[in-house]
This record gives sequence, structure tokens and C-alpha cells, in this order.
Amino acid sequence: MPEQLVFAMEVILNGLMAGVLYALVALGFVLIYKASGIFNYAQGVMALFAAMTLVGIMNGQVPFAHLINATFGTHVHNFGWNVPALLAIILTMGVMVLLAWAVQRFVMRHLVGQEPIILFMATIGLAYFLEGVADLMWGSEIKTLNVGLPQGINLWIDETTFNIFDYGFFIDNLDIVATIIAALLVAALVAFSQYTKQGRAMRAVADDHQAALSVGISLNFIWIMVWSVAGFVALVAGIMWGTKSGVQFSLSLIALKALPVLMLGGFTSIPGAIVGGLIIGVGEKLFEFAIGPLVGGATENWFAYVLALIFLVFRPQGLFGEKIIERV
Amino acid sequence: MFYREAGDFKTSYTADSQTFPIKFDRYRYYVVLAVAFGIIPFIINDYWANALLLPFLIYAIAAIGLNILVGYCGQVSLGTGGFMAVGAYACYKLMTAFPDVSMFIHVLLAGGITAIVGVLFGLPSLRIKGFYLAVATLAAQFFLVWLFNRVPWFYNYSASGQINAPERDVFGIIITGPNAPAWATYLFCLIFVTFCAIIARNLTRGTTGRTWMAIRDMDIAAEIIGVNPLKAKLTAFAVSSFFVGIAGALFFAVYLGAVEVGEVFGIQKSFLVLFMVIIGGLGSIFGSFAGAAFLVLLPVVLKVVGVDVLGWPTDIVAHLNLVIVGALIIMFLILEPHGLAQLWRVAKEKLRLWPFPH
Repeated sequence: MPEQLVFAMEVILNGLMAGVLYALVALGFVLIYKASGIFNYAQGVMALFAAMTLVGIMNGQVPFAHLINATFGTHVHNFGWNVPALLAIILTMGVMVLLAWAVQRFVMRHLVGQEPIILFMATIGLAYFLEGVADLMWGSEIKTLNVGLPQGINLWIDETTFNIFDYGFFIDNLDIVATIIAALLVAALVAFSQYTKQGRAMRAVADDHQAALSVGISLNFIWIMVWSVAGFVALVAGIMWGTKSGVQFSLSLIALKALPVLMLGGFTSIPGAIVGGLIIGVGEKLFEFAIGPLVGGATENWFAYVLALIFLVFRPQGLFGEKIIERV
Repeated sequence: MFYREAGDFKTSYTADSQTFPIKFDRYRYYVVLAVAFGIIPFIINDYWANALLLPFLIYAIAAIGLNILVGYCGQVSLGTGGFMAVGAYACYKLMTAFPDVSMFIHVLLAGGITAIVGVLFGLPSLRIKGFYLAVATLAAQFFLVWLFNRVPWFYNYSASGQINAPERDVFGIIITGPNAPAWATYLFCLIFVTFCAIIARNLTRGTTGRTWMAIRDMDIAAEIIGVNPLKAKLTAFAVSSFFVGIAGALFFAVYLGAVEVGEVFGIQKSFLVLFMVIIGGLGSIFGSFAGAAFLVLLPVVLKVVGVDVLGWPTDIVAHLNLVIVGALIIMFLILEPHGLAQLWRVAKEKLRLWPFPH
């Protein structure tokens, strides 16, 4: 087999793995969008916030330590204990539920019935707010996150492919774990929205607020639930990306990576988010591999957007989106 | 008491349709212009120019530009940073290629080039709407920044990848470079601000502005009553990008002097200008000024209060700044979606009746 083709195959495999991670973030967007019609720009910052909280709890950091020290002249930094990963994850989930409640109570409740674009801008404001709070709470330096996920090259794949192609593929163990977790998460979410009472209520709200209210579904509860689920997805995404590249500001930029995925797949479709993620993951890696060296590299920054833009011109609702019907 | 239109009779159509029909407004406008042109240049120093006045004036131009697109035509754009970069790099290429031509012409040409680029990226708006479009404009943002970063022709093959503004003058007065006096840079920007504001104000009151607003309020209905959406949307993109390009050119050449594109014209810049428009007021020229002034002042005030008075470290103040800006955005969207401009309008209504409200 020619060498270039083998390289390309490795690139495609890595692209698929990256695509799964994009899809993971995109899922959070789709959930909130389906249930409340809100396009939640803050999803990426929520992932950052979740990851920072997780690290902070695990290391026993004092929240707002910098602010307290600056105001009162004290020198508190740590409680002096370490929390085991699993417990810390559960505690972080609790924080995310609280956050969901706060968002619903103080922001979204007051914006019911506004135009989608106003809601979108409100979530941009929320993203700024959360980012500032996260930095104030836990400090803005780069942190490492280790909850015991396997990392490094997968030797089995390396050996197997070496035997077949004479060239060992480099696939990160973490990416494989992420793929499995993403698959489980999607299955769980689909099962949740199809077979449980709350999941059905959520879909009812998405379909028609008024009708859902009239059959006795509590909008407040559903929205808090949806934001909590999105917080959970953010936590999972935050753990994956945080383990991969450290917990830092750039983590919140994965939201920007997820946007073209959504546009490609359609905002309302869970399978769309996955297929879109895979297309973008493979597309940008292949483009960088084939065309990147000719034009100076780092094409990953914009390729996904331009692809989505061109695609949207031909199909404005995305691959799997519901057809947009406009009436006067 | 002073603010009322009683007794302010018009006897001609020209008088009736002037920009500021109420006498008080008109005089206030003249006074502001007189102070800005006649007094401030004599008392300005480097600190005031660089910390407050220059960024305020330049952001005001960018905010007017974005307000035309978002506030008047309803097409949300997150590509402002990218378009400002186009203006900056166009200005740089023109400055270095034609050193003898006046800076006025360079800046205007940079605006024109940005307008062309803006129309190109505005084309998808005919098919894509709402926040699909907002996300699509991010393509412009990322692509343009990447382009200026990676193609050496744009930064004249300089080793650092930065662009530096060479020294250029207008009528013998140095405008760009480190030796430019504060009053000259200030006046140069002020002339552009005045020019842009007058154009924007008159465009938005005329036919063009009305077609934009029709598209904003409901594009299908606008189409049915005979508004050409292609023309309306693309003119909005062109005019908006023209202003944003001028702002980018001034930001680079006059204000900063040296620019690294990813840092200065990144996505944060797009959001900053969008926030100015939201806080100031969507669909209001005055609001663009108010929003720009507010968001330029806020970090400076916070820094003075936090770092100099309370003695906090700068990074905490920077984070607090984020929290406050985010909270303000949400508060404005909830309490007053029309921004500072609407607060001003309400205040004027109250003043008209004062001191006898009933």
C-alpha cells in the first residue's frame, strides 16, 4: 500500500476521534436548543467552568482565594485536603445543577418570549460572566487535570497496524476513551428523551410551550433540568478536553469549534451533531494534511467555518435540521 | 424647562426635515462640535488621548458601522474584528506602497476595500438568516485573521509578522508613528468620526435606511411591499464594513502604531464592538457613541478604583471587568433592550414636561 494512503488513513482515524470530541460539545448545544429554542453560546465556558471547579475541588482550593486575600490581606489558598476524583465529579455536578438553577432563575426566566437573537446575545453575556467568575474563583493559571483516564499512545493499535502496513498508527488512548464515553452519553441521552417521563416532558416543551403548560408540565422545572443536563455534558467535555490539553482559557474556545458542527448537522438533531462532528473532524484534519502545507498551515482555525458556510448556502437548515418554514 | 418644542415653528420643508428639528438638540449638537473641535485639541495631553479619547472615537466609528448592520438591518455579525483587520492591513499596504499620498485618502480607500470584502462575506446573508448568519460571519473572522497571519505579502515579509505604521503626515503635520502629537491624532480621528456620524445619520433617515429597517422588522413582508432584499442587505454590509474598515485603519495607524493581527483583531474585538452596540442601543447613532464611551471608560474606571485605590492585583480587576461586562449585557437585555439610547430618550421625555408633569 502506498505510503501517502497509509498516512491519510491515520489522519482520518485521528480526525474521527477529534470529531467525536467536537460532537460531545455540540450535543450540549443541541439539547438546550431543542428544549428551549436558546442557542447557548456559553456551553464552552460551562465546560471550562466545570473543569476548573473539578480541579479546584480535587485540590482542595479555597474558592475566591485571590479576592479574599486581596480584600482582607489574608493568605488562604488551600483547605489542605485532596478530594478523590469520583466524589469531586459528583460535587462538581452539584455545582452545575446550582448554576442551571441560577441561570434559569436570574436570566432565562426574564427573557421568555424574546427573539432568538436576543437570547443568543444574553448567552454571550453569560459566557463572559461565567468566565470572569471561574477565573476569580479558581485563578486563571493553567492547571492539569487527572481523573485517572488512560493517556498516551495505544500500543495495541500501534503494533497491529505495524504488522499490516509496516507503519504504526499513533492513536491516543484518551481519544478512544472519549469516543466510548461519547457513544454511551448519546445512547443515554436518546434513551432519556424517548423513554422517561421527564424526557418526554422535555420534548413536549420543545414542541409547544403553551400546549405543554396546558397538560401540566412545569416549564421552570424542565428548563432547570435541561440546563443541568447541558451542564453534565459540559462537565464530561471539560474532563475530556481538560485531560487532553490542560484546563485553561482556550478550553472555552471549543464552543467555537462546535458551532460549525451544529450548522452542518442542523441545530435540532442529535444524530446531526454526531455526523457533523465527524465530518468536520475528518475534513479539517485531511485538509490540513493535504492542502495545509501549501498555504502556510494552521488551516484548522477556519476550515470548519468555511465548509459550514458553503454548505449552508445550499442547505440553510443543515444536514438533518427541520425545514425552516417562514410565514408573514 | 429649557427642553421643549413649544414655539419652535417651522415655515419650510427643509426646516421641518432637518436632522435635529428641536432647537435645543440642535444647539447642543453645535456646542458639542465646538468643544470637540475648538477646545479639547488645546488642552489634550498624551494620557487622555491614548487612554480615553482615541479609543473612544475609533470604537465609536466601529460601533456605528456594526449598528447599521445589526441595529438597522437586523443582520447579526460576529466578524467585526476580521473586517477591522482588513481595514488595518489595507491601510498598511497603501501607506507603504504610496508614501506621498495623504493619509485621508489612504484611510478612505482602506474603508472602501473593506466594504468590498464585507459585501463578499455578506452574500450568504441572502440565504442564511438569524443566528445561522451570526455563526457564518465567524467564518469571515477566522479566515481573515488567518489570512493576515499566514500570507507574508500582507505584512510586507517582516520578520516579526507584525505591521508597523510608518511616519506619515497630513498637510505637514505628523499623524502616525511615535512622534505624532496628541492633538493631531485626536483631530484626525475626530474628523472621521464626524464625517461617519453625519453620513450614517442621514443614510438611516432616508430611503436606504428605511429599506434596512423594513428588512430588519420582517424580511418576507418587506420583500412583498417591494423592498429588494439583495440590494438592502448588501448595501448594509457595504456601508457597515466601510465604517468598520475606517475604524480598523485608524486603530492600527493612528492609535496603536503596531499590530499583531491575532491579538488585536481577534474574536474578542468582535464581541467588544457588539457589546457596545447592545449596551448603547440597537438602531441608534447616539447609542453607538454612548456604548463606545461606556465600554472604553469601564476598564479605565475599574483600574483606577481597583488597582490604584483598593490596591488589588491587576489580574483580579481584569476578571472583575469580565464579570461586570457580562452581567451588564444580561441586565441591559432584560431591563432595557434598547440600551443607553433609550434611557436618554426617556430622560428627554421627562425633561420636556418638567416641572409640570401633568
